[in-house]
Amino acid sequence: MFRNQYDTDVTTWSPAGRLFQVEYAMEAVKQGSAAIGLRSKTHVVLGCVNKANSELSSHQKKIFKVDDHIGVAIAGLTADGRVLSRYMRNECINYNFTYESPLPVGRLVVQLADKAQVCTQRSWKRPYGVGLLVAGLDESGAHLYYNCPSGNYFEYQAFAIGSRSQAAKTYLERRFENFTDSSRDDLVKDAITAIRETLQGETLKSSICTIAVVGVGEPFHILDQGTVQQIIDTFEIAAEQEGPAAEPDAATGQDTAVEQGAAADQGGSTDEGVAPMDI
Amino acid sequence: MDFMASKQPENSLLGPEADSQRTLYPYVTGTSVVALKYKDGILMAADMGGSYGSTLRYKNVERMKAIGKHSLLGASGEISDFQEILRYLDDLILYDNMWDDGNSLGPKEVHNYLTRVMYNRRNKFNPLWNSLVLGGIKNGQKYLGTVSMIGVNFEDDHVATGFGNHLARPILRQEWHENLSFEDGVKLLEKCMRVLLYRDRSAINKLQIAKITEEGMTISQPYSLKTYWEFSAFENPTQGAVGSW
Repeated sequence: MFRNQYDTDVTTWSPAGRLFQVEYAMEAVKQGSAAIGLRSKTHVVLGCVNKANSELSSHQKKIFKVDDHIGVAIAGLTADGRVLSRYMRNECINYNFTYESPLPVGRLVVQLADKAQVCTQRSWKRPYGVGLLVAGLDESGAHLYYNCPSGNYFEYQAFAIGSRSQAAKTYLERRFENFTDSSRDDLVKDAITAIRETLQGETLKSSICTIAVVGVGEPFHILDQGTVQQIIDTFEIAAEQEGPAAEPDAATGQDTAVEQGAAADQGGSTDEGVAPMDI
Repeated sequence: MDFMASKQPENSLLGPEADSQRTLYPYVTGTSVVALKYKDGILMAADMGGSYGSTLRYKNVERMKAIGKHSLLGASGEISDFQEILRYLDDLILYDNMWDDGNSLGPKEVHNYLTRVMYNRRNKFNPLWNSLVLGGIKNGQKYLGTVSMIGVNFEDDHVATGFGNHLARPILRQEWHENLSFEDGVKLLEKCMRVLLYRDRSAINKLQIAKITEEGMTISQPYSLKTYWEFSAFENPTQGAVGSW
C-alpha cells in the first residue's frame, strides 16, 4: 500500500470507495505476533505466540479471560486490545448482574463490532488497531469469531491472524473438516501445531506460546506452561521416532570418538538462529 | 441569579414536585396468585378481580400473561403497575427477538430482570406496587420464582402472593410433590383457590388457570369453583354472640 491523498482522515473516502485509514488499521493487525483459534462442537482453543522484546523483559499478555465462558486472543496494538477486553468484561458482568445468565458470545461480538464501527465514522477518532479472536459459548454451542478494526466480524471454524499467520492458516485449512468432532485434547494439539507453523523452523517451547481453552463444562482458562510443555514434548518424541533411520544416535550427541565419523550433525536445535523480532 | 439554577424537567423524581408523582398507595388491586411446578412445566392460578378499595369493581381482569416463548407472569397488587411491567417486558422481549440469533431470554433471565427493576424502583421510593410470580420452562428446566414490590426474590417449587402465602402455601407444603400430573396439579390449585375464595374478601369466584410447558402457554377460559355454604356453623352465626344481630 502506498501513501495517497485520501488516507489522512478516516472519514475520507477514496474514489475507489475505500477507507484507507481502516485498511491501515488492519495492517497493524498483520504486523502483530500470531494468534490462532479453532473450535469443535463443544470446545474452542486459542493460542498465541508470545515473544518478549529482550531476555530481560516479560512477554506481552495477548490472551484475556473475559468471562467464564468467553476469552479473547489479540493481535496488533495490544494496548487497544487491553482496552477492548476491559469493555467486554464490563458488558459480561453487567449482563450477568441483570439476568443472572452468561452473555451469549454472539451478542457480545456484535456489540464489539458496533463499537469498532463508530471509530470508522468519526473524524476525531481512529480505528482500533487490533484484531480479536473471540472464543465463547452460547445456547447453540461453541463459537469462534474474528473481530476486525473495520467493524466487521466473522464466525470461523478455525482462523489465524498476525504475522506469518498464513502458514498456520494453511495447516488449519488442511485439517479443519475434522475439528467439529475433535476431542478437546486433539484440538489443543492441533492448536499447538498451528502455532509451530508460524514459527518457521524455530523451536517450539512453552515459554514462547500461550494456549487457552473454553468448552461446555470447562470454564475459560489459560493452560499452564508445564502442561503445554508436556504436550509439546509428546510431539517431539513422535517426530524423533519417525526420524531418519540412518541416525539412531543423533540425539545422544557429544562423543569423543571422532572415528564414529559419519554421524553428521542432525538438524537439531536451531535456538541460535533466532527469527527476526515481531512487534 | 436564576440563570445559574438548573431546572428539573417536569417528569423528574427530584425536587418538590416529585412527591406528587410517587406511588404512595395502590388503587385498583388484584389479589393472590398461586403457582406450582408439575411434571411438564408450571401451573398458575389467579382470579379475575380488580378491587377498588373494598369495592369489587372490575371482574374481567387477566392477571396472568405470557412473556416470550418460555415464561408466564402473574401479578397481584396495583393493576396499572402490572400493565407498566408488561410494557417493560414487551420491550425486553422485542429486543431479544430482534437479535434473531438462536438465543432467547428464559424464565430465569426474566425473573432476574424483574428483580432488578423492582428493587431499583424501591430504592427510589417509587415502587411498582406488585407481587409478581414468574414461571416457565426452557430446555427441560422448570423455573418458578417470585418478586415482591420491595425487591425480595426467591425461587421455589410452589409460590403464592398476598393471602395465598398464608392460606395456600400450607396446603401446598403438605400436598405438593415432584412430578404431579396435570390433573392433580389443577386439583391442588383449585383446592387452594377455594380456600382463598372462602376466606379472602377480595377474591371473586371467577378464575383462570394457566399452564406453560415446552410447547407454549395456554390459559383456560374463566370458570367458577363450586362452593358449599350449608355448613351448620354458618347457620345462625351470631347465635349466642351478645350484642350482635
